[in-house]
Order: sequence, then C-alpha cells, then structure tokens
Amino acid sequence: MEYQVNGKTIPADEEGYITNLDDWSPELAEEIAKTENIEMDEERWEVVNFLRDYYQEYQIAPAVRVLIKAIKKSMGPEKGNNKYMYELFPYGPAKQACKIAGLPKPTGCV
Amino acid sequence: MSDVKKFLYVNRKAPYGTIYALESLEVVLIGAAFDQDVSLAFLDDGVFQLTRDQNTDGIGVKNFSPTFRALGDYDVTRLYVEKESLDERGLTADDLQEIMYEDEDDDWAEKPAIRIVSRAEMTDIMAEQDVILSF
Amino acid sequence: MSTLHTVNKSPFVNRTLESCLNHCKDGDAVLMIEDGVYGGLGGTAVSAIVAEKAGSVSIHVLTPDMEARGLSADRLLDGITCVGYDGFVELVTKHDRTQAWL
Repeated sequence: MEYQVNGKTIPADEEGYITNLDDWSPELAEEIAKTENIEMDEERWEVVNFLRDYYQEYQIAPAVRVLIKAIKKSMGPEKGNNKYMYELFPYGPAKQACKIAGLPKPTGCV
Repeated sequence: MSDVKKFLYVNRKAPYGTIYALESLEVVLIGAAFDQDVSLAFLDDGVFQLTRDQNTDGIGVKNFSPTFRALGDYDVTRLYVEKESLDERGLTADDLQEIMYEDEDDDWAEKPAIRIVSRAEMTDIMAEQDVILSF
Repeated sequence: MSTLHTVNKSPFVNRTLESCLNHCKDGDAVLMIEDGVYGGLGGTAVSAIVAEKAGSVSIHVLTPDMEARGLSADRLLDGITCVGYDGFVELVTKHDRTQAWL
C-alpha cells in the first residue's frame, strides 16, 4: 500500500501503517485518516499528538489500556476512558490513531 | 484472585549483539495484558541492557532502552539488578539509567523501579516464582 | 519448593553453567542437555566448580545428548547421574519450576 501527499509517494504495509516513520507529516496524517473514514478535528489531533509524544519518549506505541490510562492522567477522566476514545476512533485507538500518527502497530496488538 | 501467578523474566544477554534482549522486552509488554505479577531480573551481561546514554544511530538498529521507562505504565514496577554482575563488569548503579514508576498505593508517588540485589537475594527471588522465562 | 535448572550450552563458550550453579539453592537439580553435557566431564577447567556443587544440588546429564557426542558415562564427574528423556520428564514434575539457562 502507499499514500500520495504533495506529489510524493509514501510507502506503507498492507494494513496501511507507513514503513518509514520519518515520512510522517500532518498532511500525511490527514490522508491516512481519510482512508480510515475519519475526519481529523482538534480532539483527534490531541490523541494523535499524544501518541507521537509517547513514542518519541519511550520508542513504543502503547497498548490501548496504557494509552487510556496515560491520557486520563494528562487530560483528565472525561477524555481518558474507553467510550471517548472509541467515539473518536471507532475501529480502536490502537489500530486507527497509531496508523494516523505514523507509528508501528502497538506491540501485542493482533 | 488466586490465579495471579508470579512471573520473572530473566535477562542475561547484552542488548544489541543478539535479539534476546529486545524479544524479552516485547514479550514483557505483550504479557502485561494478562494481569499477572510480573518482575524482571537482570544478571550477567543482562545488566548492560540498562546502561544510560545508549545511542544506536550508528548501527542502524532501534534503541529500545527508553522503553524500559514505560514499564511502569504496564504495571511492571520491579527490575532486579544483580550487584555481583555489575561489579564483575566494572559498573555501578550510577551507570544505569533512571527508571521510575508511580506507586498507585502511595498516592502515585514516583519511585525507582530498579532494585540492586545481591546474588543470594537474586537466588531467593528466583525461588519464589511460579514461572521463570529466560532470555 | 525447588527448581530444575537446565543448561544447554558448553561451559567453554560462555559462563552460563557457572552462573546457573551460582543461583542454585540446596535441593535444586541441574540437568545438562545438548552442548551443556560437556559441563559434566571430569578433568576439565570447570570440573572443580561442578564437583563442589554436586553435594547440595543433584546434577544430571541427558544420555542421548551425551551419546550423540561420543561421551561415555565413565568420563563424567563422580556424583553425576545420567538420565533419559523419561528421567528428564520426571525431574520436571518433581520440581516446582523449571528455569532454562540459555
């Protein structure tokens, strides 16, 4: 699979996760979101940016449970819960938000 | 709940020469989903996994040492490091990176996850486990 | 409560056997398998540390791995027992946990 952004071709694996993490840009994120039928808004960007920061710091995409706990701690319980997160990313924050954030699939996610 | 078992992951290999160290860490992260009582042991060359200032830019492999600092988020809060193994390799506790976790039972106080133990203590820790996974 | 330790590497390529013996408690068992069987030989550089532990820890060598390498039982240190695959299984069931020293 691949994405087209600003005339550039960005390679991705068969599930749509980009191959080279350095290829990521906000424009690419919008493009990946489109293929997931997701409209990027402030709330979704908040989660995507959080994931990117988490990866930057720990070199892993967190498991969903860990992500929700970490969001709860930094943004409060009204955002750090399953319902909120699955409303933003119906097919799972791990599957969709990580993909949009340009991260590998979370370890242990099948 | 009585079906919580004590799991110990024993790490005895240096980080980048073989895949053992990274594989161990990945299994720990995956296994953490099962709500067991998990701790990690570092002895022999395994203590090299925790040294600070690792930079793998020049060898083209991922530096996974920052990931140890995420273990607290996965409720893995005990990293036992054997003192004799450090001594044999000319290392001290100061050569290891700082790994903190937040203690849920103590108002989320930040505490160090690394515990330096003697060889005799490490032997006792191993003897307390239900399951030992070696890497 | 006791542990069965298995060692599968030759003691002449790394110090795994030594590390294993250093982490045994009285009543534990050590089973040497694959290239680990070389650790059971008499007259080697590691014979002394193995013999020293052989009192408090029971030490075994897996016969098929020994025979495959052309080693006969009379070359083993005193106090070391040879076991077959059935003996291996028996050791696993007799102890509370197994620790594989890789």
